[in-house]
Amino acid sequence: MLLVAEQALNGLQYGMMLFLMAAGLTLVFGVMGLINLAHGSLYMIGAFACASVAAATGWFSLGLLASLIAAAAAGALVEMVVIRRLYARDHLDQVLATFALILVFSEGTRWVFGSFPLYLNLPPALQGAVTLPGGLQYPLFRLVIIAVGAAVAVGLWLLITRTRLGIRIRAGEADREMIAALGVDIVGLYTIVFALGAALAGLAGALVGSIQSVQVGMGEPVLILAFVVVVIGGIGSIKGALIGALLVGMTDTLGKALLPGFFANFMAESSANAVGASLASMLIYILMAMVLILRPQGLFGARA
Amino acid sequence: MNRETLVNLAIFLLLIAVAIIAQLTGQAFTVTLATKAAIFALAGVGLNLALGYGGLISFGHAAFFGLGGYVTGILASHASNGTPVMTLGFEIMGSNNMLVIWPVAMIVAGVAALLIGALSLRTSGVYFIMVTLAFAQMIFYFALSWSRYGGEDGLSFYVRNNFPGLNTFDPIQYFAICATLLALALIFTGIVTRSRFGLALQAARQNPQRSFAVGIRPYAIRLTAFVLSGMIVGLAGALYADLNRFVSPAMLSWHMSGEIMVFVILGGVGRICGPVAGAAIYILLEHLLGGISEYWQALLGLLLLVIVLFSPGGLIGILTGRRRHA
Repeated sequence: MLLVAEQALNGLQYGMMLFLMAAGLTLVFGVMGLINLAHGSLYMIGAFACASVAAATGWFSLGLLASLIAAAAAGALVEMVVIRRLYARDHLDQVLATFALILVFSEGTRWVFGSFPLYLNLPPALQGAVTLPGGLQYPLFRLVIIAVGAAVAVGLWLLITRTRLGIRIRAGEADREMIAALGVDIVGLYTIVFALGAALAGLAGALVGSIQSVQVGMGEPVLILAFVVVVIGGIGSIKGALIGALLVGMTDTLGKALLPGFFANFMAESSANAVGASLASMLIYILMAMVLILRPQGLFGARA
Repeated sequence: MNRETLVNLAIFLLLIAVAIIAQLTGQAFTVTLATKAAIFALAGVGLNLALGYGGLISFGHAAFFGLGGYVTGILASHASNGTPVMTLGFEIMGSNNMLVIWPVAMIVAGVAALLIGALSLRTSGVYFIMVTLAFAQMIFYFALSWSRYGGEDGLSFYVRNNFPGLNTFDPIQYFAICATLLALALIFTGIVTRSRFGLALQAARQNPQRSFAVGIRPYAIRLTAFVLSGMIVGLAGALYADLNRFVSPAMLSWHMSGEIMVFVILGGVGRICGPVAGAAIYILLEHLLGGISEYWQALLGLLLLVIVLFSPGGLIGILTGRRRHA
């Protein structure tokens, strides 16, 4: 039972991290109609910025700040130089251009930092485990990630529903020409939205880089998972991104933890491990296929 | 004969000429590069059928490429061990014969394309891109954890498979096989796109509502195109596995899907010889830029960016002076 509770918390933490990625992805797609494969590169930039600033200054909080600033700056720069020319193009051009950006970012990072992974040391205050009610020992930092994810979810909801910027973002989503005619600087607005999405990806990279290692190409598997989350949740919906992310995080973590044991009930242990592991790694894609069969536009998607 | 047909012929003949000249001057490595270009071009021709003519932006065609490769690897390794691939009351044996391997690879890729396409085509636009990508990832992770056939390390089979009457170890003879299949696929694409089916496919891409109104059911037409496309890419995967005598999950990775897409877009979307030009240029750039810098992929990325931003018609668009076909 304790194992299941621990794995459920791991799933929650994984889901929150996926939410940070998927929120930016779906925000950019919902507002600008742009499919951005390079979102994983912004995640990687956040992780590298955090690792190098934290190592240079000894302050983890400065590293986190640096990850937000670096990813947002990279996002704004990319938007102004490349992405801006792609809004009116079809998805094919967007896919190719952002694929090219991945090559540039990955090789550029390898050129600056080399091929070896970097490691981030957590400050002592965030290390160690806490005892939860029920006697479960759980790493403090993973709880922090869950809290950060929840805070970002609430913050984004407030931003979109309660602020002037949020009103403009939603208006831009509905009718770009009309709000431009009303005097809103749509060009600047798009840069801000893109930088915001990038900052969220950078934050996710910094947080995950603190648990795992920081290396070139780390954003790519996460990007695919973020796509799965967005497809399940429905494109353009922040609420869908949150629910989809938690669903994917839970399914993946619990599947990997429990499936081999489940199969061991009715087959030999070695083959149960093999079957369980390969089925577990495919589970979220099966989940996605099922959601699509029932609702081709995703759980909360308004338009396909 | 219009300008585009001339350009098409020139590109194809250039590829053949490079291989023959390299053979005559004893540069076996260049022959192998040309073979690689021909195989990638074949994969691009397959994707172009769905992407260029059908408007189906599949980001998962590495699935079919990799499946073709794994069929080759699995059949070849069982043939050399003498063990059956499967026992279903009767035994299915491995094979070293390309004439057996190719149809099996195409059927396996075709069945996968039928399943993936049937689900993915329920969606459209950006959903379609992401769903095809996710299905390909599913197969990628399956191959990664399938330790019986090498898992992460891939599967080597040391000896290239046989083709009756030819010595497939001779680089130029293997090039001839690949170039012939490429030519056949180009002719097939030409016939299909001019047929009633091809015209209906293009009509469904240009205006789904209007094509529906004149009695075309886009779903069935698109699914057929997707399956044909997957089968051609599966054949390319089988050839690629034989070129390297090795298959690994890398053939199934989303980078591979991206690369196949790059061949098509670089050369020109929806143009017969676009993928041939695209694949040839890509292999050439990989080789040349790889000589300049260890970080050649960054240069390639920058070059791709310039092409997307400033020349939407691809290479064939530049050569023929027409940006995009209708």
